[in-house]
Amino acid sequence: MIVLNINGESRSVDVPDDMPLLWVLRDVIGLTGTKFGCGIAQCGACTVHLDGAAVRSCVLPVSAVGSKAVTTIEGVGASAVGKKVQQAWLDIEVVQCGYCQSGQIMSATALLAATPEPSDAEIDVAMSGNICRCGTYVRIREAIKQVATGQKVAPQTIPNVAPTASPAAAAAALLSFVRVEDMA
Amino acid sequence: MNARFGDPLGEGRPDNPSRREALKLGGLVVAFLWLGGGAKVLGRAVAQGPVAAGDPAFAPNAFIRVGADGSVHLVMPSIEMGQGAYTGQATLLAEEMDLGLDQIVVEHAPANRKLYANPLLGEQATGGSTTIRYCWTTMRQAGAAARTLLVNAAAAKWKVDPAQCTVARGVIRHEASGRTVGYGEVANAAAQLPVPEKVQEKDPSAFALIGKPLRRVDTAGKVDGSLQFGIDLRVPDMKIATVKACPTFGGKLVAVDDSRARQVPGFVAVLKIADAVAVVGEHFWAAKQAMEALDITWDHGPNAHYSTEQLFKDLAEASKNGTPIPGKAVGNVDGVKGKALEATYQLPLLAHATLEPQNAIVHVRPDGCDIWTGTQVPARCVDVAAKLTGLKPETIVVHNQYMGGGFGRRLFEDPVEQAVAFARQVSYPLKVVWTREEDIAHDRFRPAYYDRIAATLGDDGKPLAWTHRITSGSVLATFAPGAMAKNGMDSDAIECAADLPYEFPNVKVEWVRHDPPDGLHLGWWRGVGPVHNVFVIESFIDELAHAANKDPLAYRRDLLQKNPRALAVLNLAAEKAGWGKGSLPARVGRGVAVAAPFGSYLCVIVEAEVSPQGEVKLRRAVAAVDCGVAVNPNTVEAQIQGGLIFGWTTALYNGITLKNGTVQQHNFNDYRMMRINETPALEVHLVDSKETPGGIGETGTVMAFPALFNAVFAATGVRLRSYPIDRAALVQGAEALKAVVTQASDHGQAQEGKV
Amino acid sequence: MKLVRAVLALVAIVIVAAVAFTAYAWFIVRDGKETGAPQPAVAGAPASITDPIARGEYLTRAADCAACHTVPGGQPFTGGLAFKMPFGTIYSTNITADKETGIGDWSDDEFVRALHAGVRKDGQPLYPAFPYTSYTALSRDDVLAIKAYLFSLPPKHAPATPNELSFPFNQRWGLSVWNALFLKKERFQPVQGKSEAWNRGAYLATALGHCDECHTPRNAMYALKSSQALSGEVLQGWKAYNITPDKTYGIGNWSEQQLADYLSKGHAGGRGTASGPMGEVVQNSLQYLSQEDIAALVTYLREAKPQQGSAGTEVNERPALALASTANAPGAEELAQGGLGQHLFQGACAACHAWNGQGRQVEAAALLGTQAANDPEAHNLTQVILQGSTLRTMHGETSMPSFGQAYTDAEVAALGNFVLVHFGGKPATLTADEVAKRRTP
Ligand code: FES
Ligand code: FES
Repeated sequence: MIVLNINGESRSVDVPDDMPLLWVLRDVIGLTGTKFGCGIAQCGACTVHLDGAAVRSCVLPVSAVGSKAVTTIEGVGASAVGKKVQQAWLDIEVVQCGYCQSGQIMSATALLAATPEPSDAEIDVAMSGNICRCGTYVRIREAIKQVATGQKVAPQTIPNVAPTASPAAAAAALLSFVRVEDMA
Repeated sequence: MNARFGDPLGEGRPDNPSRREALKLGGLVVAFLWLGGGAKVLGRAVAQGPVAAGDPAFAPNAFIRVGADGSVHLVMPSIEMGQGAYTGQATLLAEEMDLGLDQIVVEHAPANRKLYANPLLGEQATGGSTTIRYCWTTMRQAGAAARTLLVNAAAAKWKVDPAQCTVARGVIRHEASGRTVGYGEVANAAAQLPVPEKVQEKDPSAFALIGKPLRRVDTAGKVDGSLQFGIDLRVPDMKIATVKACPTFGGKLVAVDDSRARQVPGFVAVLKIADAVAVVGEHFWAAKQAMEALDITWDHGPNAHYSTEQLFKDLAEASKNGTPIPGKAVGNVDGVKGKALEATYQLPLLAHATLEPQNAIVHVRPDGCDIWTGTQVPARCVDVAAKLTGLKPETIVVHNQYMGGGFGRRLFEDPVEQAVAFARQVSYPLKVVWTREEDIAHDRFRPAYYDRIAATLGDDGKPLAWTHRITSGSVLATFAPGAMAKNGMDSDAIECAADLPYEFPNVKVEWVRHDPPDGLHLGWWRGVGPVHNVFVIESFIDELAHAANKDPLAYRRDLLQKNPRALAVLNLAAEKAGWGKGSLPARVGRGVAVAAPFGSYLCVIVEAEVSPQGEVKLRRAVAAVDCGVAVNPNTVEAQIQGGLIFGWTTALYNGITLKNGTVQQHNFNDYRMMRINETPALEVHLVDSKETPGGIGETGTVMAFPALFNAVFAATGVRLRSYPIDRAALVQGAEALKAVVTQASDHGQAQEGKV
Repeated sequence: MKLVRAVLALVAIVIVAAVAFTAYAWFIVRDGKETGAPQPAVAGAPASITDPIARGEYLTRAADCAACHTVPGGQPFTGGLAFKMPFGTIYSTNITADKETGIGDWSDDEFVRALHAGVRKDGQPLYPAFPYTSYTALSRDDVLAIKAYLFSLPPKHAPATPNELSFPFNQRWGLSVWNALFLKKERFQPVQGKSEAWNRGAYLATALGHCDECHTPRNAMYALKSSQALSGEVLQGWKAYNITPDKTYGIGNWSEQQLADYLSKGHAGGRGTASGPMGEVVQNSLQYLSQEDIAALVTYLREAKPQQGSAGTEVNERPALALASTANAPGAEELAQGGLGQHLFQGACAACHAWNGQGRQVEAAALLGTQAANDPEAHNLTQVILQGSTLRTMHGETSMPSFGQAYTDAEVAALGNFVLVHFGGKPATLTADEVAKRRTP
C-alpha cells in the first residue's frame, strides 16, 4: 500500500512501486484531468505539482512521491494563483481541443506561484516543455501575462474597421470579450 | 438553403454537380457526397431516432430540445475537436432563437445519418472545414423554426399577433401588454403546432451573437479537468488494453509468447487479431508493461523491404510514364514562347499526432454493442462494428466524446474497428488505448506527393503558360470510391490547383494516380488537397517572381487584379506587415503567400531568420483573412493561429519516413513539435466581410508552408522544394559547420562559444 | 651497388624472419592445448550456487556474453551485432547450441580453446574483438560451465553475417602474428598477500568482466597498453572513463556505496548514470552479480594503480551556472544570454534534468557531477543525445529518448555545448561537423 496526498486528501493505493503516478491518478484513482500524451516527458500533458513544483507524472514512479503533496488540475483551482490562471485561460479563450491544457495550466501555475511577474524568457523556460498540438501558444503567453499584470489582456482579434474617435474606446469596444450574460 | 438539401439521392450524387462546382466544394466534400443522406431541418425528426436530451417537451427538429423547465439542449451535428464547432453551431441556433449562449447545453449527437448528416458532406461527418459553411443556413433555419413555433404558441395563448411579440434570452414578451412567458412554459403547446413551411432567418443587422467574440461553450471543463475526453472515460467493469500492430505495414501476426508477460502484476489477458496483439491489464501501466514483455513473431509480409526512397522513386516514375488525368485545361500550353521555368516538388507522408492518442471503449454483448470514443464519423463506427460483430446496426450505440484533436485522423474509424475486433473476444467492456508510438506508426498518413510544375513567362514576366502535373496516391479512392469522377479523377488531388486565384491564358493541370502498396493507408490531413497544392503553387509563383526580377508581393498583386477578395487580403497583410518597409538584417527574409482555400481568402507574411548553420527561426507573422462573415471572430483568429503553428511544425520538422516497411518515427522526440519558445509574434487581421462564411479550420495550415519557405528563400537565396526544411541545405558555407555552436544567432552571424 | 645489395639482403632477412615468425605464430595459435598453466584457485561463481547450469548462467552473465552476441531486441546469443572498428566491421556470431549456425557441434576442448587461445572450431584465429585475451585467464571449469549453460538453452538457427574488413585485416593469418605478440595464454593466478576479496574482484574484473577491454587504452596494434590500465578510452564513439582510484580523474572520490550502486544499479547519486555500452554491462551482467562480488570488484578497483587524466577532464562539482539555477529556471544572467542550446534544453530536456542538475522524477536524470557533462570532448553526452539511453534492471527501467533523428548536427552541438558549459563549467567545444562524424548510420 502506498499512501498519497492528492489535492489535500489522503489516498491509499495498492500498485507496483515503479508505476508512474500518471496511471495511478488516471486508472486507479480516477482523476482523469491529468492527461497522457507521450509517456516520455516530452509533451507535458501529464504535468502535476509535487509540493508546488511542476513534474511530469508519466515518468514519475509512484514510490518516489513519498509524502509530497500532489496537486492535479482537479485541485489546482483551490489555490489563488491556480484559480486566476484558470480564469485567464477562459478570458483569453486559450483552449482549443483542450487536451494539453491541464498540463499547460499546471505549468503556468507553478511558474506564476514562484515568479509572479515572469518575463517572456521566463515564460519560455517554464512553458516550453508543454506541447500544444492545436497551437495555442500565442494565447498561453497572453493569459500568463494577464495573470501577471492583473490587466485584462486584449485578445488580438482585430476586425478591420475604421478607427473611431477615441482609440482607447474603440479598442475597448472591439477587444473586450462580450460576456454572454450581457448579450440578452 | 443549400441546393442539395433534402434531396440526398438526387443532386447530391457526385456525378451530378458540375465539375466546377465539385471543385469549389473540395475533395473531402465530394468524398462524402456519394453517400447521400441529409439532415431534416424543418419537419419533426425526433421520432426517427434516439434523441440525446431525454424526453424534451419540444423538439422541433434534430438539433433543438426545449424542456418544460425551460432548459434548452442543442444537439451538435458537427463534432468538437478543438476547432470551435460547438460554439459556432450553438451561436447560430441561439441567434435565431434569441437565447444567450450561456443558456444552452450542448450535446454530442448520436450516430444517425438521417438526422445528423452534414449536407455538404452527405454523411454524418466533420471535416473539410465545412461546419460553418453548411450550418450557416441549416442551423439558422432550425433555430428560426423553433423560435417561430414557440412564439406562435405564446401568441396563441395570449390570442395576439405573433409579430407583436419579441424574445430576449428565451423569454417571449408581448410588447403592448407587457406580458411575458418563458420558452419552457410554452414548449408543450409549441410541440402541438404544425411546423412552418418556410421561416425567415434574421437580418444580419439584427445579429446579437453572430460576429461577436463570444466565449466558447466547451472550455469551462477543459480548464479544471472535469471535461472528459474519450480516453478519460471509465465504465463499470472495464479493463484496459494497449495494442501493438505489426510494425511492418501489411504484415501479419504469427505467434505470441506471453510467458514473461503473465508475470506482470495486473496482467489480465492477451488478445490476438490477424495483424495485431492487445494486452489487457487492470490498468494501462500493467498492459503496457506486459506488452513489452511479450515475445511476438511477425510475418513482415510483402513490404518488408519497402522504403520512402522507393515510394518517391515510384512516384517519379509514375509522374514520367503514368497516364495523366486532365484536371483543368485552358488554351494550349504547348508551343508558348517565352522564358521557361520548371521545378519538381516532393512532399512527404505525414502523421496527425493528435495530442490525445487513439482510443475507444467497446462493450460487445450478445444483444448489442456500446462504443465510447471521439470520432469525426460516428455512423461509420456503427458500420464497422456491425460488420465485425454481425449485430444489427440499431443495437450499436456510439457515445461520441470530445476529442483531443482530430486534424482528419478521426475521420478514420480503424482504431474503433480494431477495438471492436479485440472487444468481441471478451465479455467485459474493453478500453483500448494506443501508446504514442503506436499512434504515430499506425496513422493514416497524408499522402506523399511528387509535383512537376512549369511556366513560360512573357516579356512582362507574367505567366503565359502554366503546367502542373501532380502525382500521388488517392485518399478518396479508398475512403469513398464512389466519389471518384468518371474519368478517374480525385478532386482532392487537384483542389486549389485547378482553381487558381490567378488567371493565366494557358493552363494545364493534371493528376497521375499512383497508390502506395496495400497496407500503407493514406488519410485526410488538416488542409487536405489544398495544403499540398497551395505550397507548390505559391512556392513556384515565388520562383517566377524571382525569375522575372519582381518583388514577390508586387508580382502577385499584378496577377490578382481580377480577384478583389484575394487582392484585399494581400494588401491588408502587406500593410500590416510593413512589406517593403525598413531593411532586414542579413539572413532574415520575408515571404508571402496568398490563396483561397475552403471558400476563404488568406494572405500570410512570415519573417524568418536562418542561422549560419541553417537553423530557421520564425520572427514574426501576419495573416489577413477574409472568411466572409466571421460567426465568431475569436474562433477564427484562434484557428488561424493554431493552423499556422500546425503547418509550421510540419514545415520545420515533420515527415514520416519508412525503412523496411516500418515507420521510422516514434514519439515527440523524433516526430518533433513546435514549442512556445519557437512561436513568433503572430497577428491575425480579419477583413470585415458580408460574404457567406467560408471554411476556416484548415486554412492557416494551408498558408503556413509557402509563406515560411518563401521567407527562407528571401533570407538565404535557397529554394527548398520539400519538407521538413532541409537545414543542411541552408548552411552558410563550410566554415559555419566548423564553428562551435552556441547561438541560434539573432543577426545571422556565427557566434563563438563562450566559456 | 653495394648499398642496394645490402638493402636487398636486409629485406630478404626480414621477409624470411617474418615468414618464419608467422609460421611459428600460426602453429602456436592453433595449439589449443592447455599450456601447462595451473587451474586458478578462484572460481568465478559464488560457492553458494551449486547447480552446474546455474553456475554457468552466473558466469555467462559475469562474462557478459550476451552483450556482444545479441542484437538489441533480438534473440539472446544468436549474434549479429556489428562492431565498427577502424579497419572494418566485424559481426558477432551465434553461440547457441544450433549445430548448423551455432556452436552445437563444438567439443569441450574446442570451446575451451576458443576462449583460451582465440581459435575457431576450424582452427582459424578469431578477431580479438572477442576478448579471449581476457578469457584466457578463466579456469577450464568456469569455461565449461559457461558452455554447459549455453547448451542448456534452446538452439536457434541464425547464420553469421559476413564481416566487412578491408585488406590486410581480412587475412586471418595476420591474427596469429598478433596473438604471438600480444596473447599471453595464462590462467589467472591469485596474488599472494592480497585479500581474498581483492583476488576475487581481480578475477571478476579481468578474466570474466574484461573491464580493461574497454577502459584501457590500446596501442596502434590494437593491443592494450597495460601501463595505462583502466585510465579510459574511447570506442565506438563512447568513452569508457578512467576507473582508477585517482581522486581527480578517476573514481577516487566515489564512496563505496556510490561505486556499488553504479555497478549494480547503473546509477550513483551525484555521479551519474550508466549509459551506452556501460549501461548494457550493468543491464546484462553486473546487476546479476552477488553483493559480495560487487564488493569484491569495488575492492579490486580501489587498489588499481591511479592514473592521471589530462587537465580539464576532471569533474567540476561546483559548476557556477548550474549552481546559480533553481530546479525550474536558469539564473537571470544566463537566461538573458539565451542561445540555441538553452532554447532546446527548455523544450526537450529541462522537464527531467532540471536546471540545477539535480534531476526530476527519476534520479537517473541528474547531470550534476557526472562525467558525461564534464568530458570536454562530450563523447558520451553526444551519443546519449543522439541515441538516447535505456537502463533496464530489476530495479525498474529508466530511459531517455533519442534526439538524433529530428535534431540537426548544429542543434545537437548547441545542446551538448549548453550541457558542458552549464553543468560541467567546461568550455563549449562541439561543432556541427564533429557531431556529424559521431552519428552512427
Ligand atoms: S505524457 Fe508525460 S510528458 Fe507527455
Ligand atoms: S488545445 Fe489541443 S493540444 Fe493544446
